[in-house]
Parts: sequence; C-alpha cells; structure tokens
Amino acid sequence: MEYFLTEEQKTIKSLARRIAEERILPVRAELDETEEFPWAIMKDLADADMFRVFVPEEYEGLGGGCLELCLVVEELSRVCSAIATCYAVNALGSFTLIDYGTEEQRRKYLPDIAGGKKLTAFAVTEPTAGSDVSAIKTTAEKVEGGYVLNGTKQFITNGGEAEIYTVIALTDKARGVRGASAILVEKDTPGFSFGKKEKKMGIRASATRELIFRNCFVPEENLIAKPGMGFLLAMKLFDHSRPGIGAQAVGIAQGALEVAVDYTRQRIQFGQPLISLPVVQDILGEMATQVEAARALVYAAARMVDSGAKKVTEESAMAKVFASDVAMKVTTDAVQICGGTGYMRDFPLEKMMRDAKITQIYEGSNQILRNAIAIELRKRKARTE
Amino acid sequence: MNVIVCLKQVPGTAQVKIDPETNTLIREGIENVINPFDTYALEEGVRLKERFGGKVTAMSMGPPQAEGALREAVSLGADEAILLSDKAFAGADTWATAYTLASAVNKLGQYDIIICGRQTLDGDTGQVGPELSEMLEVPFVAYVSRIEEIADGQMRVQRMVEEGHEVIEAPLPTVITVVKEINVPRLPSLRGIVKSKSAVIPVWTVPDLGVDQSRVGLAGSFTKVIKVFFPQRVCQGEIFQGELGNQVECLMGKLKDAGLV
Repeated sequence: MEYFLTEEQKTIKSLARRIAEERILPVRAELDETEEFPWAIMKDLADADMFRVFVPEEYEGLGGGCLELCLVVEELSRVCSAIATCYAVNALGSFTLIDYGTEEQRRKYLPDIAGGKKLTAFAVTEPTAGSDVSAIKTTAEKVEGGYVLNGTKQFITNGGEAEIYTVIALTDKARGVRGASAILVEKDTPGFSFGKKEKKMGIRASATRELIFRNCFVPEENLIAKPGMGFLLAMKLFDHSRPGIGAQAVGIAQGALEVAVDYTRQRIQFGQPLISLPVVQDILGEMATQVEAARALVYAAARMVDSGAKKVTEESAMAKVFASDVAMKVTTDAVQICGGTGYMRDFPLEKMMRDAKITQIYEGSNQILRNAIAIELRKRKARTE
Repeated sequence: MNVIVCLKQVPGTAQVKIDPETNTLIREGIENVINPFDTYALEEGVRLKERFGGKVTAMSMGPPQAEGALREAVSLGADEAILLSDKAFAGADTWATAYTLASAVNKLGQYDIIICGRQTLDGDTGQVGPELSEMLEVPFVAYVSRIEEIADGQMRVQRMVEEGHEVIEAPLPTVITVVKEINVPRLPSLRGIVKSKSAVIPVWTVPDLGVDQSRVGLAGSFTKVIKVFFPQRVCQGEIFQGELGNQVECLMGKLKDAGLV
C-alpha cells in the first residue's frame, strides 16, 4: 500500500530497517534468552540519530512527529519489539517534557535525550493502580524549595536503565486525581532506588522494574506544568503515544507475516509447498489484509496527532486496540501454519507471539480503551441531542 | 589531523558479468556500493578526526555515478568529498589510477594521513595504496589493523602479517591501507544523510588536475587486461543417490573402473 511518505520519512524508515537488519537481527534471539538490556543497540540507534527523531529541532532534535516515531518503532519491531520498546519508551518519557516543560527544563534535558546520551521513562502504574490510574498512592509532599516523594511505582519500562523519569505523584492527597502532578526525577537522586527486575513473558530484552521513593527530595523546578495537572498530562500523553504501540504491533505482525511466507514457500507437504495449499493461502491472505488495515489505521491516527488536533483519544485508542489485536492474531496464525517448527525457540515466531501479547495490555488494556471509545461515542451523541 | 580517504565504487554483488568484447565489468543494472574494504578506511579516518580534530576528505576516481559513493561517505562522516572524473581517466590500471589520485592529493595540498582499503572487491590488486605513496614520496604501511598512537609528527601502527602482528612507526604524512579487523564501520546517521543530500561534490577533470593526458586512463596504463575468464572445471564430483547399499556398490564399481582398488 502506498502511504505517500515524504522523502525524509522514507529515509527514516529505511535507515531504521537497516539498523534492525544489520545490528538487531543477529542478536535478537540471544538477547531474548539472556534478558540483557541492549546497550550496544541503543548506542547504534543514538549514533544514527534515531533519538533525535521525536525531539524538536531547537533542542538538537530532528523535529519529527508521531508518524516519524511510528515508522522507526514499526521497523525495529519487525525484527525485535523488545528492542523497539527500549527505544520507544524514551518518547513516552519525553513527550510531557517536550509539550509542557519550561524552557529551562527542555534546555537541560532534551539535548541529552536527542543525542541518546540519557534514556528516559514514564512512571504512573503502581501495585494498586493499573487500569484504575486514579488509585495511585505515591505522594510528593510540598516542602521548602521542592517536593519529597514517597511510594512505589510498578512495571516501569526502562526502569533502572533510564536517567530521567517523569513520575506522576500526588502533591495534594485530599484532591485525589486532581491532586496528581508530573515531576521529573533523575536517577541517583538520594531516596530513589529500584526494586526487582521483572521476568516477563515477552519483550524480554527490555527492562521492567519497580521505582522506589523513600523521602526522595526533588527541587521545585522539576515540576512539569502546574500542580494538579498530572493526571490530565498522563492522559494527553497516552493519547499521543498510543499510535506508537500500534506501530509496534504492526511491526511485529509484519515480521511474523514475512517469516510465515518464507517458511510456507519452502516447506513441502503433500508434494507441494505449503503456500500452494488453499487452506494456508486463506490464512496468509487474511494475515496480510489485517496487517495492512492495522498499518493504515496507525498511520492515519499518527497523522491526526501530528496535525495538532485537539482531541485524538478515540483515534489513537482505535489504532492501538486494532493493531495489537491484529499482532496477536497474526503471530498466533503464523505459528499455527508453521506447525512444529513455528513452536520451536530456534525459530523466530514464538518470540513474536510472546512479544505481541503485551501490546494488548500496556498503555491502556484493550478493554479499557474500548470503554474510552464508547464513552466518546456517548458524549458525542449527547452533544448533538 | 587532515585525513584523505581514497575509496572506490564497486558493484554490490559477487555475481558480476564480464563484457566479452572489452573484458570489463558490465556495471549496468547492478547496485553499486562503496568498496567494502574502503568502508573500514573511511571509518578509521572519521575516528581519527573525532580523536584529534581536523577533517576527512573522501576522494574517488570513477564515472559520474561514483558521486553516489562519495555522498554516502559524507553521510558516514566525511567532511568533504571530491570526485575525479573525466572520460580520459577511463580504463586506468593501478599505476594510472595512483598517478591520478596523487595529482589530486597534491592539488589538495596539506594532509597528515591517507587511508585506503587493503584492496578492492572488483580489481583485487591491492596496488593503488602502495603506488600512491611511491608517487607522493611518503612512507607506506600495508594491512594496518590498529592505529596505536599519533604524536609529535609520528604514528605508530599495528600491521597484520601472516604469523602475527608488526608494530611500525612512521613519520607523517603517511599512506596506510587497512584491513577489516581495524574497526566496525558505523551506519549512516539521519543528520549525515540530510547533509550528504545537499553536499557540494566538486568534480576534478584532466584540466583541473593539470595532468598529462597520456599518463592517465588507458593511455597511461602499463598493463592491459587481455582476457577475463572463468576457469574451466576439469573434473566434476558425482553424487550417488538411492539406498546406501546401492551407493556403496556404485562407488566400488567406479573405483574399480578407474583402477584405484
């Protein structure tokens, strides 16, 4: 399908593909096995300016938007979505700063983020607050000159590896979610430590840890926007980042589709290649159609975000929900038609199937997002009545 | 540290065909790349610049489309690039190539080190580097696998030899050729690609270099390729199929027929 990408977007996409094929492909199976954080690949991505893609030009970035980011994430995920996660989370950890940070905050942090010198992370989830974000308990008590953080964040991607964290914490407990604020916390701040590294089903080369705050003091200037805006900023952030999860899902599905096509062309059963069997053709045809539909929706949502549209909750949720369900279905079907070989760990498909599952869960489970879409439908109908 | 990197554009595949009339490579319809050995030379040049400052100039003699290789060199970190291109340069052997490159180096003026790949993928001679140093009357070290130190106008390098390594010191300026063990070339960067697209790459011709036309290209070549051919296969292997017992029987029969057993 032709998506009429600009020359610059094509360049970004093709360089991301080259990095994925030349640098990531040879190590993806090993990294999945060892669960080691892919520092060498992060350096390759930094050297290639990939972290500059989503940072504005004033701060040593390339000024790309959601679509450019999606192109990189898709291409990396086509080969290894664990590594794509380690990369993409830096955009998640930076967007709030980019959109709502002060000039000083941007000057201080963004050039290092753009150069790939410092990784970032975003922390909202807690043991008691998953889909119910409003249940967060981490506090940031106002004191002279700053805030003191106490509490535990859970399942934080890039936790322990990143240098810069955007943390959502309650600056006013009494006001509930309206008392939540976004605060920048740097690694090595006294009182800030990391809990255990999680053992995951998929995206195993990415690091997921607890963040633990014990009387952790951060200066006043680390607050992003105004106190009490934290919950709103988090919701706006996810509206902008969800097409990226969609792109990750499209990449995984595309990778699985290609592996399935290669295998079914070579595998001879009943005296002919599997791909000649109508039953296999039916599955492959459906897989390809689903992948393309997912891609079209993700790109369209990303373009809508880049257009500066005020409200993109529905569209970005749709892109994430649809693409992640496609990734799960396509990887499962790919394993199915490759049979015993597809199930083996020496073959890349089972990893893709494990990696696909998280895309239906994080940055809003698909069920919660369908709720959100339905709520928008109801609101719109109510407005016209 | 002013570094000149000499590189060549070659067909990006081993499946090249030879024109039986002219005995030259058929280059049409084949994707061209920077000679792989030269990518290590370029990377080392860029690393020297990053260590010591200065600039890297990439230089190539070739047809107009060799500009593509030079643009890629800019995307990989070269600051400037110069294409030596003139119909008169065509058909050059290693001597005429080295002479043309040496003339361009002299025109450029001041430099500290010239880096070439150990050989090209298509010509495979490995002679242009050493001949270039001869013509420039500067020292030469081949097969460099590591640049250990550069200080006080001297460089110390490690060179690969059959039984191990030699450590050699040479005064600057020096010409070296490098082996692939010296580094892992980087991938291009997005900013590098943007820069390479708008880079101005001057083309130097015979008049620009002020060279004697009879000393460049085919006219200036001492050697001439008379014939290029694939070696004839004089004997062929044979694979026996079927049951193992039958295979053994067939093999024994053949060996007996040949009087070997």
